[in-house]
Amino acid sequence: MEMVKLTIDGVKVEVPQGSTVLEAARAANIDIPTLCYLKGINEVGACRMCLVEVKGARTLQASCVLPVTDGMEVMTTTPAVREARRVNLELILSNHDRKCLTCVRNQNCELQDLADRLGVHDIRFEGEMSKKTIDSLSPSIVRDPNKCILCRRCISVCRNIQGIGVIGATERGFETSVEPVFNLSIGEVPCINCGQCIEACPVGALREKDDTEKVWDALYDEDLHVVVQTAPAVRVALGEEFGMPIGTNVKGKMVAALRRLGFDKVFDTDFAADLTIMEEGTELLNRLNNGGKLPLITSCSPGWIKYCEHNYPEFLDNLSTCKSPHEMMGAVLKTYYAEKEGIDPSKVFVVSIMPCTAKKFEAARPELSTSGYPDVDVVLTTRELGRMIKEAGIDFVNLADEEFDPTLGDSTGAGVIFGTTGGVMEAALRTVAELVTGEPMKDIEVTAVRGLDGVKETNITLGDMIIKAAVAHGTANAKALIEQVKSGEKEYHFIEVMGCPGGCITGGGQPIVDAKTKLDHDVWALRAQAIYEEDRNLPIRKSHENPSVKKVYDEYFGEPNSKKAHEILHTHYVERKKYV
Amino acid sequence: MSVSFIERNKEKFEALQKVIDKNKSEPGPLMPVLQEAQEIFGYLPIEVQDFIAEELDIPITDVYGVATFYSQFSLKPKGKYRIGVCLGTACYVKGAQKVLDELSKVLNIDVGATTEDGTFTLEATRCLGACGLAPVIMINDDVYGRLEPDDIPEIIAKYK
Ligand code: SF4
Ligand code: SF4
Ligand code: SF4
Ligand code: FES
Repeated sequence: MEMVKLTIDGVKVEVPQGSTVLEAARAANIDIPTLCYLKGINEVGACRMCLVEVKGARTLQASCVLPVTDGMEVMTTTPAVREARRVNLELILSNHDRKCLTCVRNQNCELQDLADRLGVHDIRFEGEMSKKTIDSLSPSIVRDPNKCILCRRCISVCRNIQGIGVIGATERGFETSVEPVFNLSIGEVPCINCGQCIEACPVGALREKDDTEKVWDALYDEDLHVVVQTAPAVRVALGEEFGMPIGTNVKGKMVAALRRLGFDKVFDTDFAADLTIMEEGTELLNRLNNGGKLPLITSCSPGWIKYCEHNYPEFLDNLSTCKSPHEMMGAVLKTYYAEKEGIDPSKVFVVSIMPCTAKKFEAARPELSTSGYPDVDVVLTTRELGRMIKEAGIDFVNLADEEFDPTLGDSTGAGVIFGTTGGVMEAALRTVAELVTGEPMKDIEVTAVRGLDGVKETNITLGDMIIKAAVAHGTANAKALIEQVKSGEKEYHFIEVMGCPGGCITGGGQPIVDAKTKLDHDVWALRAQAIYEEDRNLPIRKSHENPSVKKVYDEYFGEPNSKKAHEILHTHYVERKKYV
Repeated sequence: MSVSFIERNKEKFEALQKVIDKNKSEPGPLMPVLQEAQEIFGYLPIEVQDFIAEELDIPITDVYGVATFYSQFSLKPKGKYRIGVCLGTACYVKGAQKVLDELSKVLNIDVGATTEDGTFTLEATRCLGACGLAPVIMINDDVYGRLEPDDIPEIIAKYK
């Protein structure tokens, strides 16, 4: 790699060609302030917070979009730079609803950080602030335009990474606003509720719909039997809410904290992931053997499902009829479990802790209520659980590990890897391979479907059968893949789609990592490592070997795809309009 | 409502389709398409913007962003009567602003807006070339000159 030499504040640095001055400065241990910049996502030089002086240049330059050149001399704290940054920041603050104390991003806000860092105690441009309506019609996403600083990070992520583009900049000048078209609510446009915009937002202008009060109420309702389940991705991220390093697996502490909060039972969505593999693997084989609709496309990701319902209604029959794992768990809890425990299903209250904001929308789908009651009553994101644990004053970091409750808390490595892109495919192949060949798979780690390539493909030979598989993550990648299938350019038997880039571990309900940390931490890789490590360390790594799954089939469902399984564990989809 | 809007305006959508086909492969097709769409429909409702977005394969937020950025585009239909108040120099000097303010008061709308019942749209225009009559307003094709703010209620009453 060609290297470029330059000096920053007198410090000599050498960085690869193509680096920005911002990156080079970090290599020199200088942290230039930024606000609109989000590596790989929003590199537009809009906010002018990252200005630097370059010897020989007439004007100050935005370092986040300035490529390094050989011999460049950069100064980052000259009087002109300091004044310009300060003026920019004060202008932003003068039009910002500065109620930090009651803001969801208090102490986790890039704007607040910056005001603190630059020592802004006085705002010279006290402007008039118009009070704009908070948009809270969506079951997943709340938008507070009064806190929006127009950085456009959300627009870039929604438009370019997700390929959706339901929020954009409108009007101009003082009237500029970032919002959906025609004054519609984000709940009224074809938003897929993925929450990637929340992850991108530096401030409190975008947040999840907070449902923690509903859970507190249920916990203190003596009539209710309150059961909680946690998705695989939550355990490798929750620790971040308590200052633990990215990629720490806190499964045992999380279970302990949930018990302390007062849940009657703590179960693992990984169990339901194993159940999903049994149902979906069988569905795949049925479709393959009986001329069913192919490719079969996974249905675990409610963001992807809604995307498909809006944009590809012609593919609805390709979607697996399997409910997503936590919905399966909810349905099992209100049927099998309720019967077994002798509790009326109306008294079983199911809380799902998910890395996902789209699951909030999913839980409200009317068809997902097998027992006559919603399969899942409340979905909380990883962030909301963090909030509850903090409010309860639980010393999370020092909790002793505890185990999930038996049967519906028992799972395998296959269930765990559901948390990352490629995981559902890998888990399915581990089981399908054995169902078809009757022999254990030689190497159960399907590395071809791991990693962050937008679309991954593999062909698996099982006896005289070849399964052509593809994996896409992030809806823009999914769109590209589906278009190829639609045009006939590509043919597959089985496709995994996760709506969020990287899969659930980097879902829209996960702890928010600020732009600066993302500069030198690969958040996905760190969390994925923790997931794959758990898989490696579990005694059972294939869904069909989960003894508790076998038990539930023996006692209740009979066999995968049985009539009962269909009634309780499967669902259907609806075509949805976009704007008109 | 939306279905019927598209059905009711079938021919207009066909015309729009032609415009899009013509511009699609040119660089920067959005601006000319929006201009012609505004000509065809008189304004740019969500159905039209959605159609353009789908056909050009861009997010509707891009279409809407441009449509709200330039004041030449209108998101709402124009009223049955379009009132143009000349703000050319001659009219301005002779008190056109006061006339405009009075119209805005009588109709209870801002400049650029349309009354709730869809009867009037109030617009400020450039010189209408009737400087001798300053200050001048036009209501559709009717010209009114040498106006005082006091004349306004009576003129508006004629169109109600
Ligand atoms: S967004 Fe940040 S600066 Fe604004 S009120 Fe919230 S915490 Fe404070
Ligand atoms: S939730 Fe996803 S689809 Fe909806 S606005 Fe945010 S990024 Fe776009
Ligand atoms: S909502 Fe957040 S991410 Fe989007 S423009 Fe506003 S401040 Fe930036
Ligand atoms: S312009 Fe560089 S961070 Fe915004």
